[in-house]
Amino acid sequence: MQYLTPRKSAEGNGSAHTGTEHHWAMTVTAAGLCFLVPIWLYIFGHALGQSREVVLTTFAQPFAAIVTALILIVGMRHFAMGATMMIEDYARGTTRKVLVIGAISLSWVIAATGLFALIRIAL
Amino acid sequence: MVQFTLPKNSKIRTGKTWPKPEGKAIRKFQIYRWNPDDGENPRVDTYFIDMDLCGPMVLDALIKIKTEIDPTLTFRRSCREGICGSCAMNIDGINTLACIYGLDEIKGDVKIYPLPHMSVVKDLIPDLTHFYAQHASIMPWLETKTNRPAKEWRQSIDDRSKLDGLYECVMCACCSTSCPSYWWNSDRYLGPAALLHAYRWIIDSRDEATGERLDELEDPFKLYRCHTIMNCAKTCPKGLNPAKAIAEIKKMMVERVV
Repeated sequence: MQYLTPRKSAEGNGSAHTGTEHHWAMTVTAAGLCFLVPIWLYIFGHALGQSREVVLTTFAQPFAAIVTALILIVGMRHFAMGATMMIEDYARGTTRKVLVIGAISLSWVIAATGLFALIRIAL
Repeated sequence: MVQFTLPKNSKIRTGKTWPKPEGKAIRKFQIYRWNPDDGENPRVDTYFIDMDLCGPMVLDALIKIKTEIDPTLTFRRSCREGICGSCAMNIDGINTLACIYGLDEIKGDVKIYPLPHMSVVKDLIPDLTHFYAQHASIMPWLETKTNRPAKEWRQSIDDRSKLDGLYECVMCACCSTSCPSYWWNSDRYLGPAALLHAYRWIIDSRDEATGERLDELEDPFKLYRCHTIMNCAKTCPKGLNPAKAIAEIKKMMVERVV
C-alpha cells in the first residue's frame, strides 16, 4: 500500500509533452490512404485472376508501382502507429513494450518485403 | 488495463426480495447493494413500489425506498434538479442523474447500479477521489500574469459566449465513467469531464496561461487517449459535448506545430 495523496496519483510523472506529432501523422496518413487505397484496389482488381505475365506487367508500370510503394510505406506507417495506440489502450508494463516493438517491427518487415518484391517486379 | 472478468469479490449475486405492496401500479426496482463492512460480495436487491404513491423521477423512487422500505440503501443526492451532480448513477444502462431521469423513460424493470468502473464506497456511491484530483490537476481557475485591473477582467459578449456548453458541467462523472478509454486507463487519461473543464479555461479570453495549459495536456495518455468514441456526449445528462471540447484542444495542439 502506498500513502500517496490523490493529487500525487493524478499528476503521475507529469506530461510527456508529446503526442501531437503522432496525432498529426495519423491524420495525414489517413488522409493519404483515403486516396491511395481506392486507386490501388482498382489496380489490384484489374490484375486479380489474370495470368502471371499480366500481373507482373501491371505492377511493373510506373504509376502502379509508385502507388503500391506508397501504399506499403504510408499504410504500414499508419498501421504501426494505430497498432501502438491500440496496444497502449489494452496492455501495460513489459507486455505493452514488447507488443509495441512487435507491431512496429512487423510493419517494417511487411513494408521491406513488399518493396523488395516490387523492386524486383518493376526494375 | 483492460479486464475481461470481474474480480472474485466483485461478482454480483442475487440479493433480498422485499415484500410486494398492494396496489395497481406496482413497479419492480433492482438495485445494486454492497456494504464494505459485511465482507460479502455485491448483490442486487429487488424492491416493489406503488407508482401511484411515488414521484416521477428515479430519485423520488430511491428516496421512497430509503424512507419507507429499506433505510440502509445508500446514495448521494442534494439539489434534486440536476445542478449539483450528486445523484449520478447507472440507470437502465445509462449513466445519468437520478433526479432528472423520469421513470416513464424506462421500459420494464428499473435497474440501478453505481457509475461503472469506479471503486464503490457503498451501494450506489462511487469513489470520486481520483476523478476530483484529475479535475484539480488541470488548474480549474483563472491564471493571469498581467497586473490585476482596478475594476475587473473584462470580457466581450462574443468571448463569453465561447464558454457556453462548457461552464454548465456539474462534474457528475457520467461522461468519464461511460468512456472505455477512461475505464482502461483512468490512472493516466484525464477523461472527458476534466478535459472539458481544461478547454473551458483554455478558451477563456481572460486566461493568460493558454500555452502552459496546452503544454500540460500534451501527452499520449492525458489527452490523446480520447478516440472520439462519443459515449461522453451521448450520456451527458446536461446535454454537453465533451468530445467536441477534446477535439478543439487537439486542433489547438496541431496549430502549435503545423
